[in-house]
Amino acid sequence: MTPRFLRCGDGAVLVEVDGTEAVLALYDALAADPPRGVTDILPAARTLLLRFGPPARRETVESAVLRARPATGRGRDAGEVTVPVVYDGADLAGVAALTGLSEREVVEAHTGTPWTVAFSGFAPGFGYLSGGDARLRVPRRTESRVRVPAGSVALAAGFSAVYPRESPGGWRLIGRTALTVWDLTADPPALLRPGTRVRFTEARDA
Amino acid sequence: MLATGPMTTVQDLGRPGRGDLGVGRSGAADRGALRLGNRLLANPEGAASLEVTLGGLRVRAQGDLLIALTGALCPATVTDAAGRVRGVGHQSVERLPDGATLRLGVPRRGLRTYVAVRGGLDVPEVLGSRATDTMAGLGPERPAPGTLLPVGPPPPRFPVADLAPVFGMSSGDPVLEILPGPRDDWFSADALASLCSAPYEVTTDSDRVGMRLRGPRLTRVREEELPPEGMVPGALQVPPSGQPTLFLADHPVTGGYPVIAVVRSRDVDRAAQTRPGQRVRFRLGRT
Repeated sequence: MTPRFLRCGDGAVLVEVDGTEAVLALYDALAADPPRGVTDILPAARTLLLRFGPPARRETVESAVLRARPATGRGRDAGEVTVPVVYDGADLAGVAALTGLSEREVVEAHTGTPWTVAFSGFAPGFGYLSGGDARLRVPRRTESRVRVPAGSVALAAGFSAVYPRESPGGWRLIGRTALTVWDLTADPPALLRPGTRVRFTEARDA
Repeated sequence: MLATGPMTTVQDLGRPGRGDLGVGRSGAADRGALRLGNRLLANPEGAASLEVTLGGLRVRAQGDLLIALTGALCPATVTDAAGRVRGVGHQSVERLPDGATLRLGVPRRGLRTYVAVRGGLDVPEVLGSRATDTMAGLGPERPAPGTLLPVGPPPPRFPVADLAPVFGMSSGDPVLEILPGPRDDWFSADALASLCSAPYEVTTDSDRVGMRLRGPRLTRVREEELPPEGMVPGALQVPPSGQPTLFLADHPVTGGYPVIAVVRSRDVDRAAQTRPGQRVRFRLGRT
């Protein structure tokens, strides 16, 4: 599909493509060789935001996107991470009720299929994981929690995530991990970056 | 630091290029003002400075310093170690001798005053920047009374101008130029015209993340949920209330409400200087 260009002020272009796979493929192609003057390449659910400054202009950025050759299938290998989870989250029973699965089946569905970090947002190091078991699609909670502990493993809107730090949050909590996914002293500080494949495993104790 | 006023943070030009990790750019809300202060002092343009919200700052120099005030014009004085008081000019290179105290009053217009110091504030960097991202909770420790703010070595060049002309912030409603998109097609055909038809009030629900505005309601024609997408400073994001939020420096990296239009970069600085209760107008820019 030809990317669709949407104007986003005088310093950015929003590029809309088919979906997560196409976003990641284009992200890989552009991030490997960023066009001159492009300062940020920000993947999201079905868009890439490119922020630019001189010498780039909207036209030069758009033609660089059209010239990019996204790999079909999985592009650059962004690595695989195994996340051990204790499945005792406050919303596990609620997710089971919403999906029609038993709690055990929710755990098996969550650990049974590999996920991929589609994009980041909400907070530093917060990766939106897509591609998991389709039965786990649940909406956000109607009311957000004021305090979600770091390491909480959650589901919402077809995505899964690990809360990198304590924060407010509206996702449904199914478990917790002791794995640190955000570390300011590491380079890069985020463990879960766009393209990273993630496998959840059940742990007895975090 | 002797007193911070309502809010004082350390800012530079932020941390670009890390949006894909969920880290926003942040940095000075009025980037032009931060740059000007540094240029006056022959600092690198993005040297870390203090961003002072609604005045109230008191700082005392340890060692002789050169400073420059930019952004919102506020009454300012320097009291030297012997107790002599003198006024301080705006957008001009000023001495702050060892032991002297700088005091900022409340600006009559505008919101954010910048205090640049020759050599820049040398607090530790976090992810390549000294900016305070209030939403992500990233950056140096918030200055508090008693904080010692280190100053970096003076740069090799010397200031070449004593002052920059001051164009006062006008008393009328600021007019901000907007460019339609990326999601103007999610709104009714007259929504852009409504946006530009009457002033919007800046509500008290405004901070470095964004300004909630109150004015003509913008009607959506597409009701489905927008998958999260990247945001920029100046974006006018419209939640279900139909009242837009104008994003500033610490805006979320991605958002799930459609953006009807984006304020031109140079006007984002002016937006960041408007105060709660003040009104702004929008004008459609040439596309």
